[in-house]
Amino acid sequence: MSELTFTLLRLGYLVLLWVFVLSAVAVLRRDLAGPRTPSSRRRRPELAGPAPAPTPGGGAPRAPQRGGPSRLVVVAGPLTGTTIPLTSSGVLIGRAPSCTLVLDDDYSSSRHARIFPQGGQWFVEDLGSTNGTYIGEERVQGIIPLAPGVGVQIGQSVVELQG
Amino acid sequence: MSALRPEENAPSRVAEAVLIVVALALGMGGMWMVGYSLEDSLPEGFWTYSIVLAALAFTAHIVLRLRAPYADQVILPSVVLLNSVSMATILRQDLVDIDGANASRHLMWTALGIVVACVVLFVIKDHRSLRRLTYTAMIVGIVLVILPLVPGLGREINGAQIWIFIGPFSAQPAEFAKIAFAVFFAGYLVANRDTLALAGKKFMGLQLPRLRDLGPILIVWAVSLAVLIGEKDLGTSLLFFGLFVGMLYLATDRVGWIVIGLVMFAGGAVAAWSIFTHVQLRVNIWLDALNPDLMDGPSYQLVQGLFAMSYGGMFGAGWGEGYPQYVPFAFSDFIYASLGEELGLTGLLAILLIYLVIVQRGLRHAVGVRDGFGKLLAGGLAFVMALQLFVVVGGITRVIPLTGLTLPFMAQGGSSLLANWIVIALMLRISDAARRPSALPTRGALADPAPAAVGGGAIEVGGGSPVQAETEAGAGGGTMPEDSTQIIRGVDR
Repeated sequence: MSELTFTLLRLGYLVLLWVFVLSAVAVLRRDLAGPRTPSSRRRRPELAGPAPAPTPGGGAPRAPQRGGPSRLVVVAGPLTGTTIPLTSSGVLIGRAPSCTLVLDDDYSSSRHARIFPQGGQWFVEDLGSTNGTYIGEERVQGIIPLAPGVGVQIGQSVVELQG
Repeated sequence: MSALRPEENAPSRVAEAVLIVVALALGMGGMWMVGYSLEDSLPEGFWTYSIVLAALAFTAHIVLRLRAPYADQVILPSVVLLNSVSMATILRQDLVDIDGANASRHLMWTALGIVVACVVLFVIKDHRSLRRLTYTAMIVGIVLVILPLVPGLGREINGAQIWIFIGPFSAQPAEFAKIAFAVFFAGYLVANRDTLALAGKKFMGLQLPRLRDLGPILIVWAVSLAVLIGEKDLGTSLLFFGLFVGMLYLATDRVGWIVIGLVMFAGGAVAAWSIFTHVQLRVNIWLDALNPDLMDGPSYQLVQGLFAMSYGGMFGAGWGEGYPQYVPFAFSDFIYASLGEELGLTGLLAILLIYLVIVQRGLRHAVGVRDGFGKLLAGGLAFVMALQLFVVVGGITRVIPLTGLTLPFMAQGGSSLLANWIVIALMLRISDAARRPSALPTRGALADPAPAAVGGGAIEVGGGSPVQAETEAGAGGGTMPEDSTQIIRGVDR
């Protein structure tokens, strides 16, 4: 084998080695690039479209107002200390695994209550739970506004909004 | 945020097959060039090696298609590449009759490794079943570590007592103990991480754990010190302790544990250094390798390895053009140096990147998998591979003192190959679980049908994921890590 052929083969081998590395990385690219996923790309226009003129009471929910509460904190019960960042979609609380806050509590219903923003204000809604949702001594009927720092009793847990 | 979201699409297994073909082409190309450079003909057994490697790689590929269709598609080709490039290196050394290099033996162990990996994928349908073996794994691990010290079974070779001999067979049980310990730590920590993370005082911004919670870390520390003293094996001792500290940090997210671990390791290392002459020698070799007094004796191997890598330079001397006969153990402990000699820095960096890809995949699936045990196991296995790589490559390149660990998938040696293939099988199993679509959402995330009913509008599925980060990190008290597994179990079975 001539010197030239060998050198070419030697360098070609290294090139092929790097081709492997780069194509492996290419397969992972979507993963390494982070949050650019097809589903979020599909949704962005939907959210961005109506954004300049938000329609109150319908369409996409508005993000909570600046300065409003930013997290939901469990202040009593087995999950004390659990913190959930608030998003414009609200928080679903209950025993079902599909809930945002999953309670492992026999006194709570599978979809017990939800806490959600509307028009810059947060509301709590009881979703027809068996044992009820309480603010203080008062049972929540339908949808009522919820101020930060007010404890909401769900089963054995108490949650509140915090800034 | 959406980094926590399970990947939705089924991975393309075709990409895996294509990458395997490239990996095998690199292995065959290496063997081909070795033959033509050394003998101007195909090396003896070229077709046997190529066909067996290809058959094994595609068997593993088919097993993945059948048994773990959602498994990661990059891990297997990467490992096949490392293994077949090492096949070429060892064949090359076998051709020039280097004492100890044995290509057919390496092929046999590779075959056994892949077959065992396939069996693991067949037998373990769900990595969570390993959680039941938590304490069994602990006992197995400790027994494996102690085995080489049993008189009659263990024997001291090249200054370290890490081998056992049963009849004609020999093995390094520490390689397998690595897996057993990863299973034990994952099972133990998933049950106890809350006490380890939350109890204790704050001191200088660090959350320090309570004294009584220090028990297990003290036991592991003692075991790794025993390995260091009894078996004179610096590398394995570092590996076990590093694995435990790394997994503690994964489980609790408390920097305090790392600080404590580093302090304890530094204390142990300084003590070992001041007491044992063989440790002092290792340190002297490391700091003063080119000292003429040491160069002909103890640091000969290290220095020859450095010369070999420098001869390789940027692009390497080319397959078959190096001088591995001058580097002792160029086929096992110092295979990294002989790769550097023939492939150069360019080739070495490519190989390191391939390891990085494997480790990244392991950590990525630790993030993606739904149960705490799987997270810790995948994270621990990936971390221990990275640590082993650092110890080996760092030792050969004189970043840290040289210790006797093997380069996973490359060094010739049955125990190492077999154990690391089992690690890969477990990683693939967990990656399958991490990406398998499930009716269940990731803990804390909103289920797909729920958003319409709940939010009254479009909600990103990833929107709920931070909750998982919060709860999985053990921010809550009490039963959290337990029930993350139980909830899923309750519905699955």
